[in-house]
Amino acid sequence: MKVTIDGISVEVPDGTSILNAARIIGGDVVPPAMCYYSKLAGSGGKCRTCLVKVSKGSEKDPRPMPKLVASCRTNVMDGMEVQNLTSPEVIEARKGVVEMLLINHPLDCPVCDQAGECHLQDLGFEHGAVKTRYEFDRRTFNKIDIGDKIQLHMTRCILCYRCVYTADQITDHRIHGILNRGDHSEISTYIQAAVDNDFSGNVIDVCPVGALTDKTFRFKNRVWFTKPVDAHRDCDHEKCNGKVTLWYKGEDVIRVTARKDVYGEVEEFICNTCRFDKKKTADWVIEGPRKISHHSVISSNHYETLKPLPVVKTNPVLQEANKTQFERETRL
Amino acid sequence: MGRKLLLEHINVPGINTFDVYRSKGGYASVEKALKKLTPDEVVEEVKKSGLRGRGGAGFPTGMKWGFLAKPEGVARYLVCNADESEPGTFKDRYLMTHIPHLLIEGMIVGSYALGAAVSYIYVRGEMMPQIRILEKAIAEAKVAGFLGKNILGTGYSLELYVQPGGGAYICGEETALLESLEGKRGNPRIKPPFPAIAGLYGCPTVVNNVESIAAVVPIINDGGEEYAKIGIGRSTGTKLISAGGNLVKPGVYEIDLGLPVEEFLYSDEYCGGIANGKRLKAVVAGGSSVPILPANLFMKTINGDARLMSYESLSDGGFVSGSMMGSGGFIAFDEDQCIVRNTWNFARFYHHESCGQCSPCREGTGWMEKVLHRLENGHGSMSDMDLLVDVSKKIEGNTICPLGDAAAWPVASAIRHFRDEFEWHVSHASEAVTRNYGLAHYADPLPKPEPKPEATA
Ligand SMILES: Cc1cc2nc3c(=O)[nH]c(=O)nc-3n(C[C@H](O)[C@H](O)[C@H](O)COP(=O)(O)O)c2cc1C
Ligand code: SF4
Ligand code: SF4
Ligand code: FES
Repeated sequence: MKVTIDGISVEVPDGTSILNAARIIGGDVVPPAMCYYSKLAGSGGKCRTCLVKVSKGSEKDPRPMPKLVASCRTNVMDGMEVQNLTSPEVIEARKGVVEMLLINHPLDCPVCDQAGECHLQDLGFEHGAVKTRYEFDRRTFNKIDIGDKIQLHMTRCILCYRCVYTADQITDHRIHGILNRGDHSEISTYIQAAVDNDFSGNVIDVCPVGALTDKTFRFKNRVWFTKPVDAHRDCDHEKCNGKVTLWYKGEDVIRVTARKDVYGEVEEFICNTCRFDKKKTADWVIEGPRKISHHSVISSNHYETLKPLPVVKTNPVLQEANKTQFERETRL
Repeated sequence: MGRKLLLEHINVPGINTFDVYRSKGGYASVEKALKKLTPDEVVEEVKKSGLRGRGGAGFPTGMKWGFLAKPEGVARYLVCNADESEPGTFKDRYLMTHIPHLLIEGMIVGSYALGAAVSYIYVRGEMMPQIRILEKAIAEAKVAGFLGKNILGTGYSLELYVQPGGGAYICGEETALLESLEGKRGNPRIKPPFPAIAGLYGCPTVVNNVESIAAVVPIINDGGEEYAKIGIGRSTGTKLISAGGNLVKPGVYEIDLGLPVEEFLYSDEYCGGIANGKRLKAVVAGGSSVPILPANLFMKTINGDARLMSYESLSDGGFVSGSMMGSGGFIAFDEDQCIVRNTWNFARFYHHESCGQCSPCREGTGWMEKVLHRLENGHGSMSDMDLLVDVSKKIEGNTICPLGDAAAWPVASAIRHFRDEFEWHVSHASEAVTRNYGLAHYADPLPKPEPKPEATA
């Protein structure tokens, strides 16, 4: 199957989603994804940040699709042509989605443990507007401790459902998912129950924002001051292979996470023993420093934005549509 | 006056019982379909009839039935959508309350046509009396041999179940309905796959509105071609309209599609005009999600033609100057009604009913409601109208299910047509909380369209 995204063509197997095709190309043509998680079946389609325009349906049926589609849940057809950054419509819609995601978000990044590795922060930075137009009180919830290791800060949640799928698919005994409806929806109860489970800590890793955080790491440090190191141990849990990233501050391991790729997805889920109980260097076989994309705040200590694609550079309409982003780039 | 196809016997005493219903010719279509027609022939009749879905979208029912996948050895389902919760719509409830056997009869014929051995009627959870009525009707039909094993000795067997709904508007969206019917949270599914391929329990499924299924009965009795003779153009047959608001005679009416709106509104046979001698200000023609129109644009299209109660005529002018047939929830507003307040009320409904899966709808509906609430209570600003339009645009088309669109359209259309009234709520904030803006010019004759209008879209 041949698909062309923002003018770049790639061959992919049948059944590949547009998002995954874009990830094969890599770089700026990859739409941001807040809810899709390749390791969780059924995820995606909810946050709508990955909307793209299909300007040509396929070789057989070249009609464009009438609406923007969620690239994470739309499969490619042979000859399909997709516009991501090259469609002003997409940029406008995405800006809208980012704004929606932020209107009820507390924006408490200065005290949030996720800051620096938060996808919403990145998303807001890359695709959002500088100021909000929302002038009402933001929705708040009380913090809930889910067992002694995980804290749920529902106020920060973007309802991506990733933790629900994790609880459903990775841990046993799912009790419940989301309570209530609309903007009163709330992640609830099942997580509290799932806490006895050996794999429950993974909900921390899948959460794109700071809604589910590691209590053993709470307020210990900013992530960009810590040093990630790949390590492994001979874990005796049958489903865990003990491959992790250790986050050092000086000589101390202050946090253990699964290894995450450039899209923030873990390579393999890890068990709670590895995550919460093994915080001494002596517990681990060190492999070496974790490679962190140089785009990341963790490695560069500041944000970097989009570079204009070749197609954008030559097209005044697209330049106009991408203007705010590029301006921010030059300001820095 | 048109012939009534669905409500013909509605006033016969005891028509809700099997015996009376049968004595009035009920269940004839089951006998005809099961004994004389093949399933494909039934589908063919429905195709010929031109029947369009009465649940809101107006998708041709015969075509929908034709799309149903038929893999070997996999069950197929017909599910009746009786979750009717759209504000302004109460036709399905009326039909189920008074003439439940019509729905059962349609379900049997439909299930036979689709090859379903088990079918469901998913009834809005709040409609407990209707649920009991339907269950009783099913029991009666079963005793009479029209349901259960080997119906009328034809070898066709069907079990029909009534399922009380989950108590949410969103459960009326067909895929949310299927989730709910499976016992899960009523979140709409991400399509594709469509229910025709993978619906209930992953099996091919057709979801149809109560009225669409009931309409199958006269179609089979009289033949599809006969049915298609009623109506106008691609709007064939009769349609139930639930008329409400400031009318002399609100209620459920069965009309021939193509009836002039003026006749529907003002004739004594139907709504009998605006109550208390007031004048008409605005109309929501098809349930709360369709665009609202000022009186003048409702009575006449932008080209000066009289508007008709048909799918095409109501949507004439697109979103700029038209509306939609929707579910047939007709709401009339007289000169004393406040459009801002009404728009807020609708927005409040959609905010409350959003399932919360996708961000634009979850957050955007709440945002619009808050801005409208502020406007209605005299704390708005002039920029709020543009903000509302922009937010509605950010929702529209960018969501998983059409609830996002349904929330966006009433707001966008109210501001499009009644912007001066919104602005008055800002400029005369204290006055706006004590009195209404009134009829203004909304019923004035439409200005003649430009000889060659540039933007008629
Ligand atoms: C939010 C939402 C609510 C809906 N509610 C109903 C409903 O209460 N009753 C109904 O028949 N269709 C409802 N629909 C339409 C259904 O999704 C579906 O189109 C319809 O049941 C198909 O039946 P039809 O082809 O016979 O019209 C709703 C759609 C949406 C998006
Ligand atoms: S808690 Fe985190 S992972 Fe779970 S739905 Fe909210 S944002 Fe997503
Ligand atoms: S549009 Fe609204 S109701 Fe529909 S799936 Fe999205 S959040 Fe739920
Ligand atoms: S990543 Fe595609 S909709 Fe969220």
